[in-house]
Amino acid sequence: MARQMLTGSRIRERRLMLGLRQSDLAQQVSISASYLNLIEHNRRKIGGKLLVTIAGVLGVEPTMLTEGAEATLLANLREAGADHDTPIAELDRVEEFAGRFPGWAEVLVRSHARIAALERNVQTLSDRVTHDPHLAASLHEVLSTAAAIRSTADILVDSEDLDSSWQQRFHRNINEDAQRLAESSRELVSFLDESGAQSDPSGLPQEEVDRFLIDNSYHFAPLESGEATVAEVIDAAPQLQNDASRQMARRLLVQYANDAGFMPLEDMLTAIQEFGIVPDRLQARFGGRIQQVLRRLAWLPEERLGQEVGLVLCDASGAVLLRKPIAGFSIPQFGASCPLWPLYQALGQPHVPLQHRLRQEGRGGAPLTSFSYAWQAGEAGFERDPQLRAAMVLIAAPADAPAAMSVGVTCRVCDIERCTARREPSILREGF
Amino acid sequence: MGRHVVLIEDEPNITEAIRFLLMRDGWQVDAHADGASATDVIQSAKPDLVILDLMLPGKSGLDIVRELRDCGEMQALPILMLTARGQMKDRERAEKAGVTRFMTKPFSNREVLTAVRDLHAQAGLE
Repeated sequence: MARQMLTGSRIRERRLMLGLRQSDLAQQVSISASYLNLIEHNRRKIGGKLLVTIAGVLGVEPTMLTEGAEATLLANLREAGADHDTPIAELDRVEEFAGRFPGWAEVLVRSHARIAALERNVQTLSDRVTHDPHLAASLHEVLSTAAAIRSTADILVDSEDLDSSWQQRFHRNINEDAQRLAESSRELVSFLDESGAQSDPSGLPQEEVDRFLIDNSYHFAPLESGEATVAEVIDAAPQLQNDASRQMARRLLVQYANDAGFMPLEDMLTAIQEFGIVPDRLQARFGGRIQQVLRRLAWLPEERLGQEVGLVLCDASGAVLLRKPIAGFSIPQFGASCPLWPLYQALGQPHVPLQHRLRQEGRGGAPLTSFSYAWQAGEAGFERDPQLRAAMVLIAAPADAPAAMSVGVTCRVCDIERCTARREPSILREGF
Repeated sequence: MGRHVVLIEDEPNITEAIRFLLMRDGWQVDAHADGASATDVIQSAKPDLVILDLMLPGKSGLDIVRELRDCGEMQALPILMLTARGQMKDRERAEKAGVTRFMTKPFSNREVLTAVRDLHAQAGLE
């Protein structure tokens, strides 16, 4: 509790330093001023997404609020040392280093953070370039049009005796292709610009659904309270621009409403406060199926839960159907994920609940606990092959948790050596 | 010997340019834009050479090549693949499927003509 008490005081101190009114900060992080007041006076716990959001508005690292500046600097220095390829002998003298050379320590920490950010960009861009269907189609369009122009221009240049009707035809073709090339090049540049700005460039149904879920913080209070129907929530969502994304979101929300129906928010929070996030105990309390409990956990508001909950859902091909990120665990937007994830182990053992301690290799990986489960979607039948689905819920593991299994993000940006599940070499080992 | 080529390409202006180029060189050219029916078209036309795009509507160029190679009559048919995808792995995949020569877009007419003449000669058709 002492640490929580300090966190509230640090938030207040930082807010006052920035000259922000309590009501302004509360409004920016979507909570009431009275609730923020309770937090600042250390009368309410704070953690998870709300802490991250407040830290973002206040322009500091979340750990700066929970542990103070000095502890943050030391933790970041240790992380920089631990991420280094070769072990650093002086790692145990990090406090002495920060004390004697605070300026250099700050430079080191900032450089380390910058490298981590650049590596994340490499990962995102590599992911996009390799798998994004819009980019592939766009490049194909540009190259095909260029091929048509080049071939037609060659004929016009090389054929002095070309019949005038053919000449006209080829001139018309070049004109058409030049316009197409201008348009497709413009689209390609716009696509790449938007990718750099990390906005939603493509309008892929899955991306629209992801944006819809993120913008709603994966929680739909009006749906839970009965103030809105699934159709009303969908109709009011500007993120869902096409029929495919609306259909996907509708299926998701119908499931959401059904799960919330017998696992009401307040009852779930009470049960979790009583015995923690233990899916089988929650199932015993509320009934239903394990997959419903796993899904429901991910839809709980994190500011009420006091911690983050990640979720990955996939089908039998391993394709990710739903991703709810959690700090310390990257989920690729496109292409195949790491086959070592317990999610895929669950697919091989349907109806067996699996619990693991894991850590994702690479910068920013954090110790996590996963709960994974695979089930048969739809009715079973002798004449119907089973359609499997799997879910993996992720929560932060205690810092002193036992050694965790190592998993990756996706082979292309994974550094794990001698991995028997590797599909392709990592670009991180080829000069990046 | 025959100088009959089937061109499978969904980009009409590329089709028109290659058709003109080859016809001027003495070839009979049958062009077709749909991937799904391409195998049937080639098998019934029995050409001396095939020029095939990789990315086609209905069926990929690689699938068409595999289907042709599975057919006894078409195992030695010279196939020139045109594609916007020029990475080494794409070439390897194409060779494995049975493509005789691989050419990346944007190509020059000289490259296309030289490749067609080479493949024709290598197949002992000239």
